[in-house]
Amino acid sequence: MPLEISSGPHFRVKEDSRSIMLWVAIALLPAIAASVYFFGRNALVLIVFTTLVCVAAEALFLRLAGQPVNDIFNGSAVVTGILLAMILPPGLPLWLAAIGAFIAIVVVKGLFGGLGFNIFNPALAARAMLLASWPLAMTTWVRPFDAVTSATPLYLVNKMHQAAPAYLDMFLGNRVGCLGETSALALLLGAAVLYYKKIIDWPTPVAYIGTVALLSLVLGHDPLFAVLSGGLLLGAFFMATDYVTVPITGQGKFIFGLGCGLITVLIRYFGGFPEGVNYSILFMNMLTPVIDKYSRPRVFGSRKT
Amino acid sequence: MKTFAQGINVEHKKQSTEHRNIEEASIPARVVIPLLQHTGAICEPLVKVGDEVVEGQKIGDCSKLISAPVHASISGKVTKIAKFPYPCGADEMAVVIEGNGNTEHRTQSAELRDIVTAVREAGIVGLGGAAFPTHVKLSPPKDKKIDTLVVNGCECEPYITADHRIMLERADAVIQGARLAAKAVNAARIIIGVEDNKRDAVKALRAVIRQQHIQEAPDGVEVISLETKYPQGGEKMLIKTLLDREVPSGELPFDIGVMVINVGTAVAIAEAVECGQPLIKRVMTVTGSGVKEPKNLLVRIGTTFQDIIDQCGGLTEDAAKVIMGGPMMGLALATLDLPVVKATSCLLVLNRKETQVFQEKACIRCGRCIGVCPAGLMPNFLADYAKLQDWDSAGANHVADCIECGCCAYICPSRIFLTQYFKAAKLALHLRRSSCR
Repeated sequence: MPLEISSGPHFRVKEDSRSIMLWVAIALLPAIAASVYFFGRNALVLIVFTTLVCVAAEALFLRLAGQPVNDIFNGSAVVTGILLAMILPPGLPLWLAAIGAFIAIVVVKGLFGGLGFNIFNPALAARAMLLASWPLAMTTWVRPFDAVTSATPLYLVNKMHQAAPAYLDMFLGNRVGCLGETSALALLLGAAVLYYKKIIDWPTPVAYIGTVALLSLVLGHDPLFAVLSGGLLLGAFFMATDYVTVPITGQGKFIFGLGCGLITVLIRYFGGFPEGVNYSILFMNMLTPVIDKYSRPRVFGSRKT
Repeated sequence: MKTFAQGINVEHKKQSTEHRNIEEASIPARVVIPLLQHTGAICEPLVKVGDEVVEGQKIGDCSKLISAPVHASISGKVTKIAKFPYPCGADEMAVVIEGNGNTEHRTQSAELRDIVTAVREAGIVGLGGAAFPTHVKLSPPKDKKIDTLVVNGCECEPYITADHRIMLERADAVIQGARLAAKAVNAARIIIGVEDNKRDAVKALRAVIRQQHIQEAPDGVEVISLETKYPQGGEKMLIKTLLDREVPSGELPFDIGVMVINVGTAVAIAEAVECGQPLIKRVMTVTGSGVKEPKNLLVRIGTTFQDIIDQCGGLTEDAAKVIMGGPMMGLALATLDLPVVKATSCLLVLNRKETQVFQEKACIRCGRCIGVCPAGLMPNFLADYAKLQDWDSAGANHVADCIECGCCAYICPSRIFLTQYFKAAKLALHLRRSSCR
């Protein structure tokens, strides 16, 4: 009987990359449900469509690049697809969503070497490119339930100096915004799942949300409104915690969160756009290698790193 | 409860043997005794083919400092001295003895009762797995003052219960051996660290201390219960947990005034010094789903694994992987035609279902490997350097501080063979250093 041989360790933990991706998708279910509740059937169509295009683009790219096509089953394309749909305006034409999905999977991820090698968060980078290329379609917002065109609370409050919607509406998600960003409740439920499964750690979201709240307070804005509006919660729990594009140690993640918070506040209160979550995370993605370099753990038995 | 940072919680899987008494294995008809069973220089044979040897007789020795003699574990005739497969690496010279059924036994003469000499002549090495010659440990450089002797009773590897049984059944010898070792290095204090999943062992050791009216802490013998976490039994982790001292990178425990010995080694020291008994037997666990009757056995060095498996009811139909040592750091064996050596603490047989075969995937930078590394390394980056054979960068990033515990590879969701890469990197750096000399 031939004996199996290999280097140790000879047993491994059950959790693998695929189960992690699956749990991220599960954690997004409350936000998906909320978006369908508030924005109707079109929201579901957009989410399913974007996800399918992402998976198809991934399969095509893997095939053309001569990489194992089986890798689509690692689930990362599904997560990218859902996340991209979450940050698109409800009612966006499907062909634009398809372009976004293609950019995310092929340009931002595949061409940089595939899963694990991309510099930028694929969904956020795709959104930034859509916003730059089709600014009108990407900033046409509709109200929940009746789909009447409207502006986002961040724009109305910070740029037009109008009154904010009620906190409860903002918490539940009854406000204008991207598909998956409006319901704080749904996002917090999802975040709880990620914490429970130990998929994300506290440093990034705490540093990010804390910085935005604190700086808003200092600058004379309503910190609670700052946290509940825009894409902050979605970005802090689901985008700034993406393993591949953020620093790898807890210390690095904390610095990353601080930077994201600072840039978000600068864009919101002093920049040309009403919202800065997207660009803040993309900018900090670029700093990830340098943060990694200076936030190493202390080697056991060494005086200092 | 005391513990260290990082590490992993793994299933202990010790149930099948932890309550089984140590049984003496039957005397094998033939033994294969490698002349290298320790870290250091290989022994020269002291016998030639055709010689009659007696159990306990020294059959190999070496004049180099870092080495340990080997002894005949049965009485009989030397039939062969040749290269033989050796469980820890390439083939090594070994002495083959065919038994003659004679039960005569040779012990060492009474003149050797100086502790260090007795330990050396008995061929004692670290029985926890590292197999470093114990007499070298017991003679630290003059300028190193050792204040504390730590006895390692953690046995943090899953499945293994040999040390557990030793602590239960030989508690007096553990304490006695520890006191002799402490006396040899002039250490005032003895601390025995035991993981919390062996409370009966803690009790047994404490009972001996009470009975013998041995002075307790701070200057005396103390048994401390530790949180059950892998790799608590790693020498550096154990010292850190018990004494809050860190062995500096690249240095040894005696640099911070500590010496660590395993409980099995302590028993061997007691037997060597008190009775002149050379190290020709050791306790090992034979376990896993692929063995019909798991046991704790007292076996003679040189018994083949096949003989041992036969005494444990044989392998099951679906046995697929045989490991010498535990599942985290043990070595997978390609054949059972290998001898038990001084470092053999366990023979673990996994069935087909438990034998996991993995395809390595791309790193997703989840950081779990960094979170569990007890050495404070960044396994993800080190693996990149190792894959590129960039040994300089691996060295600069402290790959030499890796203790090869396997936590990183265990936890990796992309199933990257991290520990294997670091073993390769350490070997490459070692070979380069030795070729420069």
